[in-house]
Amino acid sequence: MGRVLRNPKLWLFAACLLPLARLVALGASGGLGANPIEFITRSTGTWTLVGLLVTLAVTPLRRLTGRAGLIRYRRMLGLFAFFYACLHFTTYIWLDQFFDLAGIGKDIVKRPFITVGFAAFVLLIPLAVTSNHRMMRRLGRRWQQLHRLIYPIALLGVIHYLWLVKKDVTQPLIFGAVLTLLLIMRLPWRLGALQTLWPFGAVKPAKAGRRRADDARKGRGVNAAGSFSRGQ
Amino acid sequence: MPIHRSGDILPSEITPPGIYRERRRFMQGVGALAAGAALGVAPDARAGVRLAGVRRSAYVLNEEKTPYKAVTSYNNFYEFGTGKSDPAANAGGLKTRPWTVAVEGEVGRPGVYDIDTLLKLAPLEERVYRMRCVEGWSMVIPWVGFPLSELIRRVAPTGNAKYVEFVTLYDPSQMPGQLSRVLDWPYVEGLRLDEAMHPLTILAVGLYGEVLPNQNGAPIRLVVPWKYGFKSAKSIVRIRFVEKPPLTTWMRAAPQEYGFYSNVNPHVDHPRWSQAKERRIGDFFKRDTLMFNGYGPQVAQLYRGMDLQRFF
Repeated sequence: MGRVLRNPKLWLFAACLLPLARLVALGASGGLGANPIEFITRSTGTWTLVGLLVTLAVTPLRRLTGRAGLIRYRRMLGLFAFFYACLHFTTYIWLDQFFDLAGIGKDIVKRPFITVGFAAFVLLIPLAVTSNHRMMRRLGRRWQQLHRLIYPIALLGVIHYLWLVKKDVTQPLIFGAVLTLLLIMRLPWRLGALQTLWPFGAVKPAKAGRRRADDARKGRGVNAAGSFSRGQ
Repeated sequence: MPIHRSGDILPSEITPPGIYRERRRFMQGVGALAAGAALGVAPDARAGVRLAGVRRSAYVLNEEKTPYKAVTSYNNFYEFGTGKSDPAANAGGLKTRPWTVAVEGEVGRPGVYDIDTLLKLAPLEERVYRMRCVEGWSMVIPWVGFPLSELIRRVAPTGNAKYVEFVTLYDPSQMPGQLSRVLDWPYVEGLRLDEAMHPLTILAVGLYGEVLPNQNGAPIRLVVPWKYGFKSAKSIVRIRFVEKPPLTTWMRAAPQEYGFYSNVNPHVDHPRWSQAKERRIGDFFKRDTLMFNGYGPQVAQLYRGMDLQRFF
């Protein structure tokens, strides 16, 4: 038991469930406000975006801290982003539209903010499906190419938020700024010329590292596509 | 019985004589109140204080009213922040006494009216109206107020007065949301003169029979039930009669999204979302949005011959 409790993954898993636990607690105590469906939609959408950005932060964080082992948590973070996206999508089709398929179809075609949100959700599905070891092995190099979809997905997610607010774009812009920062932090490793300017150097392979150690030695970085892989 | 879907005013709802008589009693009450004011007994102006002598009006919906808590905790009032719960949290610092409303422009009798004078301008009546927000949600709210036409008749608009402009207080020290440049302050709204004169258009000073809470636009606000909520300017300090349509705050902020008329219209979508349905606060299922928010029988003639797709 003590061994299990010392596993950081368990704590991370519990932490990732907190936003859902909060919604359940608020719902049970009547704390969701006058428009509970709007509250749930906003909350699950926000936590999807947070999940995507945290997932995308793993790679830069590994490089900044030199703690390559952080990669072990990325798949769980990505899958939680997908989990909240599923809750968000379910809230929309069930609580908001009540399975009015014609209405949903019209929304997707006619409302740009729903179009991009829906596109982001659909693109997330193959990433979630291929997040296990078996699929990683099967897809080989193409796995990484596929998981680079996380970049357009995060971008579509931020645009989805930006286009839906009536006037106050502060929050979507904050998400946009964080995403931009996370993408910029990837640039130095893409552009070999800039690499020498970076004081931290290339990431060291983690103690447990096996699979990606080669990449790291070549200075290509470990799986720049910040997505659902465990990586090692 | 008429076979068409009737509006909200049925013949049976025309004010019966009993109410007329009650109105007289009310006027006596107002007299007593005025005497009290003359003696220096200021009427209590705090939110939640019961308003005296409010009579029922013919404009009462037979729909379930949105609970007081929801009406006073879920608001769009950007002067106090853009979140729905911001106005309830931040409007406590708004001082509603002393308060004056300046009546200006194309009128024979311009002037500055004290709020307590306005409260006695005409008998206060309860109006239970639908309120449809442009964002796609709605409420049923029992306002207390008097027809705007009562004020307009007294100030005698000139022949040049074609539109009426309403201006909300601008004071960032009382309205912290105005520290943000999210909108161009002060908030400006406008109506055509005939819309302003329409019997459904009221100046509201109360809610659920009580003094209007600050987050709902105290001490005096406009209520135009067949238009999207943002047309009903809150915490009004100036009413100006003008010849040209006023440039409203939302038209300035996003002209392609918000027109001058902004009548509730399920057939004209907001460029970014549908207006065909709405969620009544408290309901699980959405309901169809009604043309002119269900007030078509009373107001459709104001727009006869107009292309409402163009004049949205």
